[in-house]
Amino acid sequence: MSATEMKRRDFFKTGAALGGGLLLSLYIPEWVLADSVHEATPLTPSIPPFAPNAFVRIGTDNIVTVIVNKSEMGQGVYTSLPMLVAEELEADWSKVRYEPAPVDAAYNHPVFGIQMTGGSTSTASEWERFRQAGATARVMLIGAAAKNWKVDPASLRAENGYVINPASGARASFGSLAEVAATMTPPKDVPLKDPKDFKLIGKPTRRLDTPDKVNGAAQFGLDIAIPGMMTVLVARAPVFGGKVLSFNADKAKAVPGVKNVVQIPSGVAVIAKGFWPAKQGRDQLEISWDDGPNAALSTTGMREQYATLAKTPGLVARKVGDPTKALAGATKTITAEYEMPYLAHAAMEPLNCVVDLRSDRCEIWTGTQFQTGDRAAAAAAAGLKPEQVTIHTPLLGGGFGRRANPASDFVIEAVQVAKAAKAPVKVVWTREDDTRGGWYRPMWSDRFTGGIDEKGNPVAWTHTIVGQSIIAGTPFEGFLIKDGIDGTSVEGAADLLYGIPNLQVDLHTPKIGVPVLWWRSVGHSHNGFAVEAFFDELAHAGGKDPYELRRTLLADQPRMRVVLELAAQKGDWGKRLPAGRGRGIATHFSFSSYVAQVAEVSVDKQGAVRVHRMVCAVDCGRVVNPDTVKAQMEGGINFGLTAALKSEITLDRGRVQQRNFHDYQMLRINEAPEIEVYIVPSTEKPTGVGEPSVPPVAPAVANAIFAASGKRIRKLPILKVDLRG
Amino acid sequence: MLATPLPGGLFFGLDPGAARKAACPCGYPTAPAALIVPSCTSSKQKISSAQPKSFYESRFSIYDTPMINLKVNGKQLNLDVDPDTPLLWVLRETLALTGTKYGCGMALCGACTVHLNGEAIRSCVKRVADAAGKEITTIEGLALDLSHPLQKAWIEVDVPQCGYCQSGQIMSAAVLLSENPAPTDNDIDEAMTGNICRCGTYSRVRQAIHRAAEMKRSTT
Repeated sequence: MSATEMKRRDFFKTGAALGGGLLLSLYIPEWVLADSVHEATPLTPSIPPFAPNAFVRIGTDNIVTVIVNKSEMGQGVYTSLPMLVAEELEADWSKVRYEPAPVDAAYNHPVFGIQMTGGSTSTASEWERFRQAGATARVMLIGAAAKNWKVDPASLRAENGYVINPASGARASFGSLAEVAATMTPPKDVPLKDPKDFKLIGKPTRRLDTPDKVNGAAQFGLDIAIPGMMTVLVARAPVFGGKVLSFNADKAKAVPGVKNVVQIPSGVAVIAKGFWPAKQGRDQLEISWDDGPNAALSTTGMREQYATLAKTPGLVARKVGDPTKALAGATKTITAEYEMPYLAHAAMEPLNCVVDLRSDRCEIWTGTQFQTGDRAAAAAAAGLKPEQVTIHTPLLGGGFGRRANPASDFVIEAVQVAKAAKAPVKVVWTREDDTRGGWYRPMWSDRFTGGIDEKGNPVAWTHTIVGQSIIAGTPFEGFLIKDGIDGTSVEGAADLLYGIPNLQVDLHTPKIGVPVLWWRSVGHSHNGFAVEAFFDELAHAGGKDPYELRRTLLADQPRMRVVLELAAQKGDWGKRLPAGRGRGIATHFSFSSYVAQVAEVSVDKQGAVRVHRMVCAVDCGRVVNPDTVKAQMEGGINFGLTAALKSEITLDRGRVQQRNFHDYQMLRINEAPEIEVYIVPSTEKPTGVGEPSVPPVAPAVANAIFAASGKRIRKLPILKVDLRG
Repeated sequence: MLATPLPGGLFFGLDPGAARKAACPCGYPTAPAALIVPSCTSSKQKISSAQPKSFYESRFSIYDTPMINLKVNGKQLNLDVDPDTPLLWVLRETLALTGTKYGCGMALCGACTVHLNGEAIRSCVKRVADAAGKEITTIEGLALDLSHPLQKAWIEVDVPQCGYCQSGQIMSAAVLLSENPAPTDNDIDEAMTGNICRCGTYSRVRQAIHRAAEMKRSTT
């Protein structure tokens, strides 16, 4: 065994013994502890003897544990990644369990180089590595059986959790071989299965995490409690970048259960026995704030600034042909301006972070998508080395990008609180804190001019984009910002798939004091709407059917064309609808996946919009768990509908005007359409699934509203637009 | 600190499912949740009383108010809590019944839904004092062993994504089914409108409620 393997194995054993992400006891209320009849249960499970790599462990009990380096936030990685291992391992699926990975370089994203979950990359980036992990373990188990039986390993095979000798009929369970397998040398580059032999990959498979999510057992960050822990609410500045001038905590400290009130860099922290006293205490604080440089920020003012910027070309992100000349020679040109608001992620589980800070170490429990960055940031805030910081990743009650913040805002703040509190703390964000806490999807303005020839075909397309950069100032600047252009600001616009001979996409990046961040589908979330809605305008201006024109201009994009045709066919494109109803179609390519959607919408005389049906076709390469792909398309569509129809974060005098779900509204079940999802079979490598269904939703709906009512939607959210007959 | 397991400690991270099964021969965990679920009958693991007398007899209420008598998942409890505390936080923090979730604190999202005398209520806006003397059922009291038709249906249809809102969804659905054994889509939409799912699992919620109704009808 090599030194590296030895080290890795030790790492697991040590990790298990110290509770490094494997096991820990939680805070138990005093009244439970006082009960002497309650018998202590041994909590240390037997450490699985066979840990051939960072991702697989097999115990003598036949349990196969897959260590998942991706945070589970609903997208199904706790099932799809174990499926990859199980497929090559020939495991008995009923014996497969998952476990969240600790923070370690072994778990870094193969492309991004840090441990993180995002960019719809989990399956795509682990497609080889997790299967290799399973295949390696299988070869070692077969080697162990061959050693025990004194036969040639080539004469044996693995199946459903057993190694089998077809000649003798002998069978040995993986668990019975685990100890011997641990002594085998891990082979290098084991050949992977021919996909035609897949037994699990490609089959609808029930999620491993569902049972715990239906009986209250599932543990999210907010559910973590540790001995001696205090609950903390922070009063943060009402304006981004604001500072505390002075505060009076006398009344707050008088609230029973409030232990202390301390100032931290982001505001004033109320440290209490539980959430309620912390909240009561915070309500009683008297704080005088210096509002700082953003005190005058307002959405209205920013809109004017953005609209002015949009009238002049910005930095050119892509140029094809000569759009100026083509526009001058066009039979007809149209110009349109689009607006999209700031959006909060609004995960159902508000942000929270548990920190146990000691002089020589720091232990953190938080639902994060960004382990490596958060660990480094926590270490810096605590004055420790990164290796002295442990991060446990419980389940995430939604992420959508908010829990992957390169600035590590909610983690750094919690460490600062722990420092001041001198006790283990859980910093809890209320819904209001979460809504007003910034790190939004940026606000955008887009201006298009399109030109068509005498036959109605688009000949020129210019698109000016105005919005803040989410990447500027982060460690990703180096490879995501090129020549002043943030690639995420123009994604889904500069890489337009339609064959338009003269095209220019350019970008203005104003600097605004509102913190911004990626939000499910990132730049595509705004470009998908603007591009596909304007394309619809251009089609109608040229007297073309929007579906047929898309089809024609996708002649060089066979995968998208198939997806488009499938959505149109299943979505009954071209079939008659009663008055007041309309269909809209949109496509979008993002995260290397192809999606097309058809929306069926009605608009009544009072202007009320109802989305009745969404039909979605997707090509995301080879599919690991079809039911998860379906679920992600369904979920992404409802997520996209919330943004299209309802949500908007606005500012006035520097203050965010929304607070909770009454004024930052979510789609509810009575508004949720029927959704149909069709997956295009593919043998290509797997591509993104978590995000690509979001971008086409808003344009499909907006285009359907035009078909139903003749009114163009150029501004989101739709419910703020007057559509009365 | 964490290396020393406390009696009755909860498993975290490894595989809560396996832990739950391993903890008690009857299949119930030796977690605080189990202490107020009466279904555990294994003598060895059985909790004599959820009300350690020695603990409470020795002290006065810090809130200068009488103890609050709560009946949660069939267990009677006397608690020394601020009577104005929302029931949600007593369930989550005092009783460690963390299956009931905090989402908004304003009865807008339904993540905190529990049953009070058989009615679905938002525990985030219910004063604990107002819940005294009434039957409270949380997701943990519905059926920890996943035997409730709604749980079976939720698993069959694979409703949850992140899962955070699902306790509330199921608790709302349970009341719907107890009042309406064969709900239509419209009935479901009406009963479930108060429960937000940010992951957008709504079509599966509908499907699973129909399925659970079917299961319930076929067994009665």
